[in-house]
Amino acid sequence: MSESISSRSIRYASRLQGESLTVGYDAAPILNDVDFQVPDGQVTILVGPNGSGKSTLLKALARILTPTEGQVLLDGQDIHRSKTREVAKKLGLLPQGPVAPEGLTVRELVAQGRFPHQSLLRQWSSEDERAVNEAMTVAKVFDFADRPVDGLSGGQRQRCWIAMVLAQQTDLVLLDEPTTFLDLKVQVDLMELLVQLAHQMGRTLVVVLHELNLAAAYADTLVMLRDGAIKHWGPPSDVFTSANLKAVFDLDAHVIRDPHSKRLICVPTSAPEPAQHIEVGVRIA
Amino acid sequence: MTTQVSQFAPTPESPEDSSGAWLAYSAGLPVLVAVLALMFGWHIAVGAKSLPLSTVLNALISYDASQFDHMIVRDLRLPRAVIAVLVGAALSVAGALMQGVTRNPLAEPGILGLMAGASFAVVMAIGVFQTVPTVWLPWVAAVGAMVTAVVVWLIAQWAPGGATPLTLTLAGAAITAFLGALISVAHLLNQETFEQLRVWLAGSLSGRRVDVLSVAAPWLCLALGVAMVLSRKVTVLAMGDDVARGLGVRTGWLKVQVLLCVVVLTACSVALAGPLGFVGLVIPHVVRLFIGSDYRWIVPYSALVGGAYLLGVDIIARLALRPQEIATGIMTAMVGAPLFIHLVRQRAS
Repeated sequence: MSESISSRSIRYASRLQGESLTVGYDAAPILNDVDFQVPDGQVTILVGPNGSGKSTLLKALARILTPTEGQVLLDGQDIHRSKTREVAKKLGLLPQGPVAPEGLTVRELVAQGRFPHQSLLRQWSSEDERAVNEAMTVAKVFDFADRPVDGLSGGQRQRCWIAMVLAQQTDLVLLDEPTTFLDLKVQVDLMELLVQLAHQMGRTLVVVLHELNLAAAYADTLVMLRDGAIKHWGPPSDVFTSANLKAVFDLDAHVIRDPHSKRLICVPTSAPEPAQHIEVGVRIA
Repeated sequence: MTTQVSQFAPTPESPEDSSGAWLAYSAGLPVLVAVLALMFGWHIAVGAKSLPLSTVLNALISYDASQFDHMIVRDLRLPRAVIAVLVGAALSVAGALMQGVTRNPLAEPGILGLMAGASFAVVMAIGVFQTVPTVWLPWVAAVGAMVTAVVVWLIAQWAPGGATPLTLTLAGAAITAFLGALISVAHLLNQETFEQLRVWLAGSLSGRRVDVLSVAAPWLCLALGVAMVLSRKVTVLAMGDDVARGLGVRTGWLKVQVLLCVVVLTACSVALAGPLGFVGLVIPHVVRLFIGSDYRWIVPYSALVGGAYLLGVDIIARLALRPQEIATGIMTAMVGAPLFIHLVRQRAS
């Protein structure tokens, strides 16, 4: 708990903030009085067991859910009272498991990302065209730009959706479980892409992830939620610990550092642990 | 990265879809308008007395009241052709909008109960008040369609799992069957009043309701225009509520706008031609087979194809058993179903 308190007092630039957010019904709020500042230009990853409120927090930050108490501030403005189209020029969202309409081509899908920048009077422009092409290039979907999205593999499809959010050209991008149901290799590729967006293009990313080792490997800031509250918050080297995994996920695991990548990984153990397993684990570490 | 972009990026002035589809889609519209105009002329030309197309054209451009043929064209056949175009367009666009917003390929005014509601309201109004001023017919139908839409949605919402495509379709089918039964009961109890409604209830363009047309046409055209304006947002909404909200669409408000639009389109169609099935369901799918999933194209294409289709069907309805006439509502499905199955099979292979 001490980590979470100390990390909360760290000061950093934050354009998107949640202030004492409570979401859900009075009797059983899904999110209970949560304060949260999204660090600018970083990859922030939300993890937590099912029902911990991580998706709910993301949706509240994305103005999809309206908090019963508290507010979300984007550049100091209450996001739920701002014009939603203006918000969409600053803040992009990729919800969980989006489904493209049958027959929609990749280019058409990505072009929808330009919606907030267009109006009845201001239709398609060369700027829109540039944004779409650039997004498709960054997300590596250019090769199948004119194919229907529903005919692609899971990983390709997800890259198309990421291209759509990129075409929106927002400084902040929120993604809800973008890697779920994908092969490990594809998950890694996607996370590399997201980190590149933050570190090379200065975007601010908030990602809900299920896969703990991916979260520890790619997060600049790791946020652990349980029972509708943020339990731990900070760089993975501070918060990705055996004790925290036990407290938040009820997971018995060792956290070891991969000697090659220097990344933290957790290795689940069964509880109570047989003595010899510990020895093996220590030897590998 | 920048070199990659410039390598792939087409010239900035190029249209949205560099594959040329955009160009092909916009080129298709004038072609369809021409087809529609041709069907329109042909529709007026055929009938108990066949008229040459030149006479039809003359009657439309330089009307001469002393010529009997011109009178036939203007007073008898032109209204029917206009009704066919408007109703075909309205039902197709209503179906397209509903399919997009509910993400349900089966959605259309007929299946989701709006048409039954509109018909029921008209039948009841005539049953209770005996004569209803025709000026009121579209409004009576609109109230029926609106109330039914809300009831269907409430029933679906009530079901475990909420308003899904499945529960909406089931609720719509149930309400349609229920209202159909009530219409039958009303018919049995009051044969004389309802005899005049029998043809209308089968879906027919033969009523030549010029008085209704003058009331309904402006609203119907307005709703078609609104549908065009909304089409961009419907494409976004078809990708899911959360995606649409993330892109800055006020989804709740958009759904209300689309519902009002669909209710007006359905009510005007029912007031003009009775409950015509099939058109709203199938035309948007046919259009989609050719031009994909962007509603900015689906809506105008559906309007044109729907209008042309109903003209064509009505031509067959009047020619097939001449001098007898088959109710158009029967022909829409009789002609359309085999055509649709053929199209789907052809595109699938």
